[in-house]
Amino acid sequence: MAVNLGYKEYFKSDALPLMWCAGCGNGIILRAITEALSDLHIPPHQVVISTGIGCWGKADDYMKTHAFHGSHGRALAFGTGIKLGNPDLHVIALMGDGDALAIGGNHFIHAARRNIDITAIISNNFNYGMTGGQYSPTTPLSSSTTTSPAGVAEPGFDVCALSETCGANYVARTTAYHVTQLKRFITAALLKQGFSMVEVINTCPTHFGRRNIPGDTVSMMKYLKDITVSKAGYEKLDEADKEKYLVTGELVNRERPDYLSVYREMNPSGPETDRGEGH
Amino acid sequence: MSRPEGIQLMEGNHACAWGAIDAGARFFAGYPITPSSEIAEVCARELPAYGGIFIQMEDEIGSIAAIIGASLSGKKSFTATSGPGFSLMQENLGVGIYQEVPCVIVDIQRVGPATGLATQPAQADVMQARWGTHGDHSIIALSPATVQEMYYLTIRAFNLSERFRTPVIILGDQVIGQTYENIKLPDPSSLDIIERIKPFVSPEDYFPYQPDKNGVPPMAAYGDRHIVHASSTCHDETGYSNFKTQTNRALLTRLKDKIYNYTDEIVDVEHFGPDHAEVTLISYGASSRVCKYVVGEAEKEGIRVNLLRLISIWPFPDRIVREALGKTGAVVVAEMNQGQLIGEVNRVNATNTPVYLASGIDGALIDPDIIMAAIREALK
Repeated sequence: MAVNLGYKEYFKSDALPLMWCAGCGNGIILRAITEALSDLHIPPHQVVISTGIGCWGKADDYMKTHAFHGSHGRALAFGTGIKLGNPDLHVIALMGDGDALAIGGNHFIHAARRNIDITAIISNNFNYGMTGGQYSPTTPLSSSTTTSPAGVAEPGFDVCALSETCGANYVARTTAYHVTQLKRFITAALLKQGFSMVEVINTCPTHFGRRNIPGDTVSMMKYLKDITVSKAGYEKLDEADKEKYLVTGELVNRERPDYLSVYREMNPSGPETDRGEGH
Repeated sequence: MSRPEGIQLMEGNHACAWGAIDAGARFFAGYPITPSSEIAEVCARELPAYGGIFIQMEDEIGSIAAIIGASLSGKKSFTATSGPGFSLMQENLGVGIYQEVPCVIVDIQRVGPATGLATQPAQADVMQARWGTHGDHSIIALSPATVQEMYYLTIRAFNLSERFRTPVIILGDQVIGQTYENIKLPDPSSLDIIERIKPFVSPEDYFPYQPDKNGVPPMAAYGDRHIVHASSTCHDETGYSNFKTQTNRALLTRLKDKIYNYTDEIVDVEHFGPDHAEVTLISYGASSRVCKYVVGEAEKEGIRVNLLRLISIWPFPDRIVREALGKTGAVVVAEMNQGQLIGEVNRVNATNTPVYLASGIDGALIDPDIIMAAIREALK
């Protein structure tokens, strides 16, 4: 009889300790993903983790599921082929903010537009941590990074608004602090047919946090709580206060038909050929 | 439209698509680019009837990424492009080589660099095919010279990619891609089709990058109980990251040896014309067709010329070219570029045989006069 190992059925415990810095929330996100998979009883061999490049792109090395670790920014493009090659698979793309939205921005908007049945989990720590703390497309305006010592001159993306506009079926934002909510959103995203995106605001105690958030790593985790507000709470804020906060919660939850469903409806499989290889 | 029966007047790009379908390709991802787009169009129209999927990606970077992903999910996959798109594919081509992913990339070469002459032929991606992606690596590339050969070489490209677990490049050119010629598609059941070797151990004992005795690891698919960890980072036989220097050395060595130790299995050439000649032409693809004409024209002038046509380009057929250099008075390399494969000919020239270049860079099929002029130069 199969033993239910819980999240350890998916998590490669013998690869511990995690390579991420002390105080980084990536381990918390990974735990939430593996617990969600366990709760949903999705067998590890029906899951493919597709990672990009960067700190969060290292996550595949801690997974016991199928995994793909490719090139910078392309986790969704590889994931698109993985999903279409075997539509029964649960494909989860793990990308950082720079990976998903700068070098991979084109793939991101088109994956959302196609509404392909992939779950993207973006660990947004507001900078390129792996390469030394340079500014990314989500770094808030005027923040200090190693490539913006005088402050970033570019405004950052709202990842959730972008996902919604492009066509994603499920869009949610939470943080590495909100552990219960994080697991709940990832679970909902995994169940959603079509493109789902969970943005997880994360700490980077080594780079962005050290330069922009006062205090130690515990303070940085508390900062995640302080800068966020629920949808209901957001509505009650004065207009002037709204821009100080990031809204957490399920921001989009809709049922647009996913890419493959539409494609199959328009392109029904023909009769088997002589070789009988169609499947 | 169903599969063409009997003798057909068909474009090279269409023949490529049918070759892929007959080889078992069931996934195509691509981005429109002249002069290769008809391959995508045929796949969009035909693949669904075979249970396959066509997708037009947002760019060529995504196209090659998608075919690598689909191949790892168990589908024979390919893409088609031309110079600018081929350049965009180079980074992920390295991912495919490193992760040992069978797939086929068709490059219908046009004049470059940059946008160049977008509708005109060239053979100037020969070295890009060899060295375009960064880092040490091996590559297999084939060069068709007729529409019928485009069909068979596409099948062979898939067979080689499955046999060696590696991306294979078809170096076509605008002439072959967009020329209409008579072709007859064979009965698919008459074809020898090679499939990747599946694991023969239990899931618990499976390591996705543990090679068989020929250096090629048996390949499970995503979704199988045999877990696959495919990484673009240096990895050991488990597929997981491993940063030891000896792991890197062992991996790079195996990736080279699994192809180069079997060069004779890959190499394919055609000898045309008299056995012994004053001048030997070495050429490939569309240029080699002009060379065949020139062999006849030279004979009329009393000059004995023969042709060594390279059907496979990479790995370079060192031994065969060295032998050809050793038994001729001079060699003329005819190619539609400023001299790319001629460098390889010179590399293996152990006999110091004079080697001349017939360079066709007019944005048109190489002119026979250019080749004749090189022959006359060689005979001076």
